[in-house]
Amino acid sequence: MSRIQVLEERCKGCRLCVDTCPAGVLRPSGRFNRQGYEVMEADEGCTGCASCAVMCPDTAIRVYRSVRGATA
Amino acid sequence: MASAKHLHPQEAETPVFDVNPVLGERATHYCPGCHHGIAHRLVSEALYELGVADKTILVASVGCSAFAYDYFNVDSVEAPHGRACAVATGIRRARPEAVVFTYQGDGDMAAIGIGESLHAANRGEKITAVFINNTVYGMTGGQMAPTTLIGQKTTTTLHGRNFHSEGGPIRLAEIMAQLQGVAHASRCALDSVKHVKEAKKAVRRAFDVQIAGLGFGFVELLSGCPTNWRMDPVSANRRIATDMIPVFPLGVFKDVKGT
Amino acid sequence: MNSDSGQTPGRVLVKGNEAVAYGAVDAGLQCYFGYPITPQNEIPEMLSTLLPEHGGSFVQAESEVGAVNMLLGAGACGVPAMVSSSSCGISLMQEGISYMAGSHIPGVIVNMSRGGPGLGDIGPSQGDYFQAVKGGGHGDHRNLVLAPATAQECYDFMFKAFTLAFVYRNPVMILGDAVVAQLKEPVRRVPPAGTNTPEYLQSLVRDQRIEGYGARGKAAAPRLLKSVYLAEGALAGRNRLLQSKYAEMRKEVLFERENVDDADLIVIAFGSMGRTARSAIHRLRKAGRNIGLFRPLTLYPFPEAALQKLAPGRRFLVVEQNIGQMVEDVRLAVNGVCPVYWHGVMPGLFVGADELVDPILRALE
Repeated sequence: MSRIQVLEERCKGCRLCVDTCPAGVLRPSGRFNRQGYEVMEADEGCTGCASCAVMCPDTAIRVYRSVRGATA
Repeated sequence: MASAKHLHPQEAETPVFDVNPVLGERATHYCPGCHHGIAHRLVSEALYELGVADKTILVASVGCSAFAYDYFNVDSVEAPHGRACAVATGIRRARPEAVVFTYQGDGDMAAIGIGESLHAANRGEKITAVFINNTVYGMTGGQMAPTTLIGQKTTTTLHGRNFHSEGGPIRLAEIMAQLQGVAHASRCALDSVKHVKEAKKAVRRAFDVQIAGLGFGFVELLSGCPTNWRMDPVSANRRIATDMIPVFPLGVFKDVKGT
Repeated sequence: MNSDSGQTPGRVLVKGNEAVAYGAVDAGLQCYFGYPITPQNEIPEMLSTLLPEHGGSFVQAESEVGAVNMLLGAGACGVPAMVSSSSCGISLMQEGISYMAGSHIPGVIVNMSRGGPGLGDIGPSQGDYFQAVKGGGHGDHRNLVLAPATAQECYDFMFKAFTLAFVYRNPVMILGDAVVAQLKEPVRRVPPAGTNTPEYLQSLVRDQRIEGYGARGKAAAPRLLKSVYLAEGALAGRNRLLQSKYAEMRKEVLFERENVDDADLIVIAFGSMGRTARSAIHRLRKAGRNIGLFRPLTLYPFPEAALQKLAPGRRFLVVEQNIGQMVEDVRLAVNGVCPVYWHGVMPGLFVGADELVDPILRALE
């Protein structure tokens, strides 16, 4: 079980994470941050591969895995 | 929502991706989809893993990355346009115990500063140069760079770069690899997870050779510039694979191993 | 070749260039960056062996552009560093000098100038006066400028130059010419009394130097040296700070006066032309003429106040080997209080005292 955290004030809405996510769980949220960028959000179904975070130019994504999942 | 309590893993969670303290917390001024942020992270990770940030000196260049010093928790000196490798030489000679790196774009390093760059490399200065190749002058608004592709439209090549009047794109990694003082010269791309992971290893290697005293470390990173390519970030990202890599092949062109 | 071996500290017979090299090393030079150009080649040639023998680092740069930026880097680290060159090469260095001034970075630049404009010639010339004292590069910046006339002053001024560079965290220029650089003279190779120690120089830049923040202790924060100030009003603040520093520098003014008290006419000349003028004046004083000599040792700051004091009731004659540069500063200083005449020697010519006698007499008429 994994979770994606989008730090919305860092997100610039470039969508490289959406493009790269193999599970297709990221998408534009329809919300805009103080900079005026539409920020991304994540659905359920994250596999914890962290591809989105690796490609994010703004280090706006954190990925967490439940401890049990991590040791499995 | 990203409130402060979500910045850390919650109970029974472990981070599979996190940032390191060498990378500053400040949000960057770069455009959406610009790859400078990825390159910054890779450099910070190399410095963090090597445990050398507190003796590292960054030489900032001129261009979009002129303010790179805002994003690294290291001592920094600003260099005039193109002169980062000369400034780094002076620092290296004055502070032999430091880790010194330059972070330069293609206009800075391959045009106005190619002389200083090649000679610092040829002297085998124990410094690392991180070279961002995005085929365009970014900060000044998208003029032709020495790395601009044939046919690429820029604000100074409105009909596309013409080989017969403007020459062709400079392949700096290959040139660097021919110089005796260079210990590592490679080219990577920042357009995919696989390529970014390769780039991370190359950036690390470019610092390793400096710290081992083997010579000049050089890594070229093919990067996207959606704003000046007049593309959305995802299309710009794809252009690296379709248009740039065929002209700028990826690989390690030189790597000197320690004795 | 010139080498340290065979020369003992004390009295040496050397060219001005060699005196610069000795002075620099004795003053604590740690890094030298240079590029060949006549008439200053003895400086890099000599330092290429002398400096490493003293534990320093010598780099023959790929160009003067490279050299001055290496100076910027070493200066940012707070070590005594220098470059040397001649006119054309100094022109190439102006960008870096402006950045150093804007970033508060210390460094010493020696210009053994040659005739210009363009490639000019390698003869004596004082044509770089404006470039040296008016900043030279872009933006409102100033160098401290010292003008030696003898090999001894070349040696002594290196100590002064490093001290000033570190006190003011500013570029300091030594402005000589082919006569000063190439004339071989006895020099007392003894550090001037009260010479500042390397520890003192380091103490002056302790809160600014770049070294990797770990060297400053556990709680140290990263440091940045820069000249870019984009936020609204930031550059104005930076320039106000620089201007207050330049105002502070004015107290460093140095000059030499000879026989001025009874003088009807005071000849004002700097560097090698000051020597030639002195010989002519000695000859004329023996013939009963009341003529004095005023020789600025610092060209920036310029000894305006001293000249203002001397001006009432006298005549001034500026003698310089260019087409009229320092004369402008003398006229500004006296502001019409006394007549200021000018005699220029064309760059590239070698003139003796004989050739200055008539121009001096004409100014008396």
